[in-house]
Amino acid sequence: MAIRARKSKDDYGSIYKGHEGQWSWMLHRITGVAVILFLFAHIVDTSLMGWGPEAYNRVTAAYENPIIRLLELGLVAAVLYHGLNGLKITLIDFFPRLVKNITTVSFIFTGLFIAVMIPVAWIMLVQTWDLLQLDQVTVGG
Amino acid sequence: MTTTAPRPTVPTTHGQPQRDHRIGRERPLGGFELWMWLFMRISGIVLVLLAIGHVLIMHLPAGGVSRIDFNFVAVRWDNPAWRVWDWMLLSLALVHGINGLRNITLDYVRRAGLRFAINMIFYTLGFALFVLGTVVVFTFDPSSWPTVS
Repeated sequence: MAIRARKSKDDYGSIYKGHEGQWSWMLHRITGVAVILFLFAHIVDTSLMGWGPEAYNRVTAAYENPIIRLLELGLVAAVLYHGLNGLKITLIDFFPRLVKNITTVSFIFTGLFIAVMIPVAWIMLVQTWDLLQLDQVTVGG
Repeated sequence: MTTTAPRPTVPTTHGQPQRDHRIGRERPLGGFELWMWLFMRISGIVLVLLAIGHVLIMHLPAGGVSRIDFNFVAVRWDNPAWRVWDWMLLSLALVHGINGLRNITLDYVRRAGLRFAINMIFYTLGFALFVLGTVVVFTFDPSSWPTVS
């Protein structure tokens, strides 16, 4: 009977046996798809400028909604993440020796993302809150 | 008692040395794919300025998107520099994004016919939106609309 070594948690890795960068790879892909899907809609709504104020204002009024505002915050986060992570990819592609310090590089870019997102999230959540108050005033008469 | 094979010092796949997985998508060897690889990186750097700038300018100050209506955009497009910014953002983001969708299709869709069909939908949609956006951003004339102050 063969003696099997007990596998430690590290032998299994996370959800699938990926490598360093698997999560940023996945987030890069998801945020990229999210941004291009919104871009399709955004080109159409902005193009309504060519059909005059009534058309443009009627359609963009749909964005005046607290739930849409939270999605908007997600969009800003997606653009920011995709952009910064893309810069990281480009940096390592053009300077491959940086790969020795990949952990440090990733740490810096993640830190930068969080540092920018904190004030952005604060400002946009205050806007959402204000909109919510305004809605209640309107609904309450 | 059997001995286990020593762990290879260089990771291999089917006898071939593995590339360093910490470096992202493998750089294509040449031709169209290499140009697109380069385009994604160059346009990406420009888009960081254009797209993140756009988002920070439009969504954060003075109540964010609440202040944006027809008049706001009409006044903004009074300045040709904003029209150029918006058009560059439109075209670079569309090509960058459609090429991203093409890469994803190549990763996940194995059947050649389906792959072609899906990519054709993306190209057609991208081209139509490019034409629509370009026409509007360059032909918009605020004087056609009496409500603009």
